[in-house]
Amino acid sequence: MTAVDTVVLAVDPLLSGDLDPRIVGIVLLKVVVAFTLLLVSVMLMIWFERKLVADMHNRIGPAVAGPFGILQTLADGIKLFFKEDLIPDRSDRVIFKLAPYLSLVPAFLVFAIVPIGGDFSSGDGVVTWFGERTYLQVADPPVGVLFFLALSSIAVYGVMLAGWSSGSKYPLLGSVRASAQMISYEAALGLAIATVFLTSGSLSTHDIVASQVAGNWNVLATGVVPFLVFLVAGTAELNRPPFDLVEAEQELVGGFHTEYSSLRFALFFLAEFMNVITMSAIAVTLFLGGPAGPILTDTLGWVWPVFWFSLKVFAFLFCFVWLRATLPRLRYDQLMDLGWKVLIPVAMGWFLLIGAMGVADNRGWPVVPVVLVGIAVMAGGAALLIGAVSKARAERLADAFPEHDDAPTPGGLR
Amino acid sequence: MGYFRGFAVTFRKMFEKRVTTSYPADKRPKPARLHGRHVLNRYEDGMEKCIGCELCAGVCPARCIYVRGADNPPDEPVSPGERYGFVYEINYLRCIHCDLCVEACPTEAITESKLFEFSFTNRSDAVYTKDELVVDASTGQPRHLPWEDWRPGDDEMTSGWMRATSPSGDASYSGQVSWSGELGHGVRAPEVGQLDLGADTDPEGPVGT
Repeated sequence: MTAVDTVVLAVDPLLSGDLDPRIVGIVLLKVVVAFTLLLVSVMLMIWFERKLVADMHNRIGPAVAGPFGILQTLADGIKLFFKEDLIPDRSDRVIFKLAPYLSLVPAFLVFAIVPIGGDFSSGDGVVTWFGERTYLQVADPPVGVLFFLALSSIAVYGVMLAGWSSGSKYPLLGSVRASAQMISYEAALGLAIATVFLTSGSLSTHDIVASQVAGNWNVLATGVVPFLVFLVAGTAELNRPPFDLVEAEQELVGGFHTEYSSLRFALFFLAEFMNVITMSAIAVTLFLGGPAGPILTDTLGWVWPVFWFSLKVFAFLFCFVWLRATLPRLRYDQLMDLGWKVLIPVAMGWFLLIGAMGVADNRGWPVVPVVLVGIAVMAGGAALLIGAVSKARAERLADAFPEHDDAPTPGGLR
Repeated sequence: MGYFRGFAVTFRKMFEKRVTTSYPADKRPKPARLHGRHVLNRYEDGMEKCIGCELCAGVCPARCIYVRGADNPPDEPVSPGERYGFVYEINYLRCIHCDLCVEACPTEAITESKLFEFSFTNRSDAVYTKDELVVDASTGQPRHLPWEDWRPGDDEMTSGWMRATSPSGDASYSGQVSWSGELGHGVRAPEVGQLDLGADTDPEGPVGT
């Protein structure tokens, strides 16, 4: 039995047979492990972020609670737990209480589809636990990544309803920004991921990782353009700096969670950092080969995939913190410009190009002319778009400043 | 690409020296003339310098000083002059540490230490009485009260030496002693390095000990 022959990967082999208590136990164990892992890593992530940002500011950062301040998050959590739980008089109480869970639960669930281990480079990503062969992920639904997209859309409701139900103006402004921003960037995110489906031919995260390992991580098809689009859109989706207009401490006093306190605020905070981790994990899964990597030792060989996975996720987390320490917040129109006029067209164009190449491959057409024609068509489209945008802007400016020749040139990305 | 140059800056900063002092554990050295809580000084023979003239109370912008003078008992005088400070109280909930009392004092009786880390659990503790303010009768050191966090050096240089902005601290008087001696320390030496920036600067550098 070779690895290639047995690639019937759509279903976790653990669940293909009869259901007996041992299998249920293994599934429960996986759930508990994933849950704990996520919570602990959130705790460490918050500490790591504060420490690294402090390093980049020439400060020390949390240093009192535990060695190197590593227990600071725990102390903050305990403090928040004992704070007074305020519900504003003018709030919609039911939705106000519901909203934190709407952001927290999707953050937990997304992590379920991420394969965090399993030998993909020489095997088929299956590990053997207690005599049962299984994937090292909580679930591998055939619709895998669509599940991620669906849940991240639900998370938008958490933010939006939190701001709306607070009955206060800053949260409302924050939630309006949040819904506009997250919906626009979800489109770019989805188009970037669509290229991944197209290349790997599957929606299951396990199969996507397997196809990347087989195909040199699909660097040409997905590794550059969709990856970069995914990174930018993902940062915006997470409301991380430089796209944190939703929270914008200086303008909106915390945005959607201004009115939240105590445990409910902690839940938002938890969800936010959990989303950072799950987004990094999804990016690693979709673009960087997930847990794939060389197995360096024979004994404890199962540790290496987990190690490579953690290392890749860690690199992403570092970059998220680095972004936060470096970049100033975008203006709202810049944010919308970047989303609608740059990311979505680029992701869409690349998706169509890869699709055209696939069709050409299927039909036996020569690939190079197809690609050239595709690029030419897209260049024409881009020229039309840029022309239309700049014409419309020139007309707007002429309307706004009719008597001045030296009308101010608007800032922005283009 | 200017937008991305910042990434190099923030990355480089990770390896630079930290600017933070871990405050309660480490402390930065305090300036020699830091304005902390007051002390009432004594002459070298142990007599109190305060003559109860109430100039400090009069000049205090925060109205935090309360002084009552009294005639010295003839057989057992407290201060060298005719009168002495019979009651002397400073309310540290009001004091702004402006040092105008130190400037006003004709006998350098009231000066400031470098102690500022002290807190109280009730309001009456914040009113320092004369017993708490006056330096120890045998050593001339400020009293270390239980609720005060004294650090080495905080109780040094508490005399008229520290009146840097008064005429006797004028740079043209560099190297000249214009303050009286005090119990436990004698006459303090002038500060080294207080340069006269005028035309006739001593080429040998600042005068001092």
